[in-house]
Amino acid sequence: MSITTTKADDRPRVDPGDQVMRVRGVTLRFGGLVGLSDVALDLHRGEILAVIGPNGAGKTSLFNSLTGMYVPQEGTIVLRDRSGGEHSLLGRKPHLVNRLGVARTFQNIRLFGALTALENVKIAAETRQKSGPVSIMLGLPNARREDRESDRRALELLHFVGLDGLLNELAASLSYGQQRSLEIARALATDPQVLLLDEPAAGTNPTEKLDLEVLIRRINRELGISVLLIEHDMRLVMSVADRVTVLNFGKVIASGSPAEVQRDPEVVAAYLGAEMAAEMTGATQAEVGGVPEEGSVPAQRDGEEQR
Amino acid sequence: MTTTTTDFAPTAATLAKLRRKRWYQHPMYGRLVGTVAAAVLLDVMSGPQGSREDVFFSLDKSLGSMRVVWWILGAVALWAVMEFGKPLYQRFLGPKVGPLDRFTTPVTEPVKAVTAQARAKTADLRRIVWVRLGFSAVVIGLLILLPNLLSTFWNQVLVNEVAIYVLLAIGLNVVIGWAGLLDLGFIAFFAIGAYSTAYWTGAMPVDPPFKLNAFLVIPVAVATCLLAGLLLGAPTLRLRGDYLAIVTLGFHEIIYLIAKNADGFTNGPRGVQGISNFGIHIGPIDYDWELDPVPYWYLLIGIATILIIAFLRLEHSRVGRAWTAIREDEVAASATGVPTVKFKLMAFAIGASTSGIAGVAYASKARFISPESFLLLFSVLVVAYVIFGGMGSLWGVIIGTAFLAWLPQYMKDWVDPNDRFMYLGALLIIMMIYRPQGLIPSVRRKRELSMAKAGLGDADAMSEPAGGRMT
Amino acid sequence: MQPDEILDYLIPGIMLGALYAVIAIGYTLVYGVLQLINFAHSEVFMVGAYSALLALTWIDPSTNPTALVSVLLVAAGLAVSGTAGAATAFALEKVAYRPLRRRNAPRLAFLISAIGASYFLQNLAGKLFGRDSRALPTLFENKKVFSVFGTQVTILQLLIVCAAVLMMVGLDYLVNRTKLGSGIRAVAQDAETAGLMGVDIDKVISRTFIIGGFMGGIAGFLFGLHLQLSFTMGFLPGITAFAAAVVGGVGNIRGAMMGGMLLGIVESFSSPIFGESWRYVSAFAVLVLVLMFRPTGILGERLGRSA
Repeated sequence: MSITTTKADDRPRVDPGDQVMRVRGVTLRFGGLVGLSDVALDLHRGEILAVIGPNGAGKTSLFNSLTGMYVPQEGTIVLRDRSGGEHSLLGRKPHLVNRLGVARTFQNIRLFGALTALENVKIAAETRQKSGPVSIMLGLPNARREDRESDRRALELLHFVGLDGLLNELAASLSYGQQRSLEIARALATDPQVLLLDEPAAGTNPTEKLDLEVLIRRINRELGISVLLIEHDMRLVMSVADRVTVLNFGKVIASGSPAEVQRDPEVVAAYLGAEMAAEMTGATQAEVGGVPEEGSVPAQRDGEEQR
Repeated sequence: MTTTTTDFAPTAATLAKLRRKRWYQHPMYGRLVGTVAAAVLLDVMSGPQGSREDVFFSLDKSLGSMRVVWWILGAVALWAVMEFGKPLYQRFLGPKVGPLDRFTTPVTEPVKAVTAQARAKTADLRRIVWVRLGFSAVVIGLLILLPNLLSTFWNQVLVNEVAIYVLLAIGLNVVIGWAGLLDLGFIAFFAIGAYSTAYWTGAMPVDPPFKLNAFLVIPVAVATCLLAGLLLGAPTLRLRGDYLAIVTLGFHEIIYLIAKNADGFTNGPRGVQGISNFGIHIGPIDYDWELDPVPYWYLLIGIATILIIAFLRLEHSRVGRAWTAIREDEVAASATGVPTVKFKLMAFAIGASTSGIAGVAYASKARFISPESFLLLFSVLVVAYVIFGGMGSLWGVIIGTAFLAWLPQYMKDWVDPNDRFMYLGALLIIMMIYRPQGLIPSVRRKRELSMAKAGLGDADAMSEPAGGRMT
Repeated sequence: MQPDEILDYLIPGIMLGALYAVIAIGYTLVYGVLQLINFAHSEVFMVGAYSALLALTWIDPSTNPTALVSVLLVAAGLAVSGTAGAATAFALEKVAYRPLRRRNAPRLAFLISAIGASYFLQNLAGKLFGRDSRALPTLFENKKVFSVFGTQVTILQLLIVCAAVLMMVGLDYLVNRTKLGSGIRAVAQDAETAGLMGVDIDKVISRTFIIGGFMGGIAGFLFGLHLQLSFTMGFLPGITAFAAAVVGGVGNIRGAMMGGMLLGIVESFSSPIFGESWRYVSAFAVLVLVLMFRPTGILGERLGRSA
């Protein structure tokens, strides 16, 4: 896919009847703890859906479940491609989930620090290429052509997120905001239908936040990618999201337009309650939520996130 | 550990008392003990070989004589200079930090300056393709001429030790250096290659369906090792990195024990004799390399050159980048769509087949193989060579391996060859502490290690860094 | 194999298994606190055996010691080998691992350093004491003590099993009941947090090595009473014990005991079934199979919670 600007003004951008991702009854348990309980979620094609909730509400667990890093014990997660074909994502390996068109960023940025910005994006752009080790070793034309293609694609995306001048900088040497952008470019390079952004505004300054807001809109409008967004910055959420889903204690407690959700008493209580409880006991909010965001998890795969 | 639990607020005086250290607790004395211990160890290491009759023989000779006294005196003197001679050496060397720096900086700094200058001056030149090709041609030309300058003994060393191990190291570098997988059973594939040669040239007790020329065994052995690598790797590469080390080690032992015990097939501990040399025998052409090492040298240079070109292409391709991604952050790599197991398997299989090629060359050159040619020691040896040269840096690995393979032969008159592994073990520990990036580090590895030191990310495909991180 | 021969293999199997269990605990303990396969543990075992050899050769017992002298000699052997094993393990941690921890080195570096230490110690012993096999002096006449269904049990077998069981009971008490034990469990579960809570991580790790080394050294001596000593004697028991630790679930102390017993018995029975020369393959085969099908071991991993 190349970057094409779809004319969004002529027709409604979001079609509520076309769900690109459908989540039903997802329950994830860590030993005795319940990380997610009976979570249901619809992501319509072309919309920006924000998932909010207090710390430890299970937002990142939800992302990890959607991208195949955790395997929930119950529920269904279905991805519908543009032609209407349905694919279950539950229990699929992360790289296969990605291949079906779900890309993500991480809360704590996870770039390949010793590689350059260009190489970081190239890795993602190359995951669907065909050339095998033999044709690369022999230097066959198709391998060379694919390498040029991924170069072009990576340059395009780095331009898209505004990192033109930093192609050959090491990822680790970029500023925090630039690393966020690079991570988004890397996710975009896998040609996703759905982009999962995990707290993209965390640790950014007000200017960078504005840039980010613009970038998320452009990803959504210009590239036609549906966005699922975890964010704590309410101003950003309210301005950018079409709909908001609120999680607390691993459950969906409210869902609707930003304005509706803001008025929901249960949501207000959840936020106030968590904050007050935290203040009163001095405990961390994660403990109040009862769920480790990235704890030691039996349901995860071997060799991934051993902590 | 907390020392006291008091229910009154400690006064400044009690705190000071708690903080005060006894004179012997000064780190200086810890260093003294360490230096003396190292000296005693060096004394013991350099002592005579043990004897069969008397367990105490070697210890008696090294600890029960004046030698140990001299060693200890030397250590104490060294310690004293380091601790108290500060004004003395600082006048000459400037206020440098670090105990070793005092001795290394006067040597390394000028060298670094010169090389940096040379690099800067030749930077443009090195970018020109023709210059690089020309340089490579000169190096290859020199390597081709090399056997003419050396005695037969050194030609044998060149083929049996240097070239074979360089080939092995080039293969293992793909596995350890690029994919970040610790393979301790690399020689098992070498053995498979060698026994394949024996089998297909008809030297084994079991006859093959048809005999093959030694040259033609190369592709067969490559295919066999590739298959063996895939069979071993497919189930085990999902495991955590350190388990892989153990499984490959177990695999090596199994292959070794099969070679030793499957008498009817491998001829057991007696080994296989009369493996045919490389040669061409078609009609009137009767050309055989026999025992002359020189043609093998040329063959191995040729194979190595081809592999180097191929592997350099791999390193700078999507495959090499994917390996780096997996090494640095496996979770992020798979979330980015990189099929991690597939790429690891690829590295494993490529390494295995390279090892197989080396096995064919070895078997055909030596004409005789036995299980003792494929000890676990040799697997560890190749790992050590790769690490010494610099994991991930192809040139470093080649030069490091060539040097370490040559060194024991060169030193064999002064140092007992049996002690080689003792020194090698010590070298590995020292390298890991002071220069984990190796002799000629790879650019990526160096960056990763410096980032890991600063507490960012990993430098291998083993998920978590070991142990409680220390601050 | 006849049915009445079963005990003839079971009893030596239990003896072997007890030894493997004791060594396996050393691997498991270190794995718990460092997440590191201590490759050099097999050399701690070897050092234990050689130190007893040196001490007992120096004492030079007469050929027919009285019962009391025998007991004293065995006690001396146990004390010397345990001390030497503990000292070796302590030095090992200090020289080969601690500097790497200070530098935050990657895991690969730890493994390589461990392998280096292993080869260094092995070949140093080979150089100092000769590369031929040796035997310990005769400490007691290996009489039959009693018989079980016609199968004789010897003093040596009884000694080994009793010593191993005592050590295991002691260790279980140490880990579960003492302050040091809770320190070990805390570091195993989460070193960083344990450090923040005031546990001296360095000290705990160092003492863990000492405990593992003590047991490994004694196992070396007991093994030396049973078979011959050589500088490479650590390798096979070491790798078998490591396999045992994995079979029981690395980091799980009771698992290591069970795994050791299991592998000892399997090895003992594999020699009549497959032939003497194949007996050592059994451990590797079990290891590879377990890692393939149940990489977390039979009882599951974790030191902190289940030990």
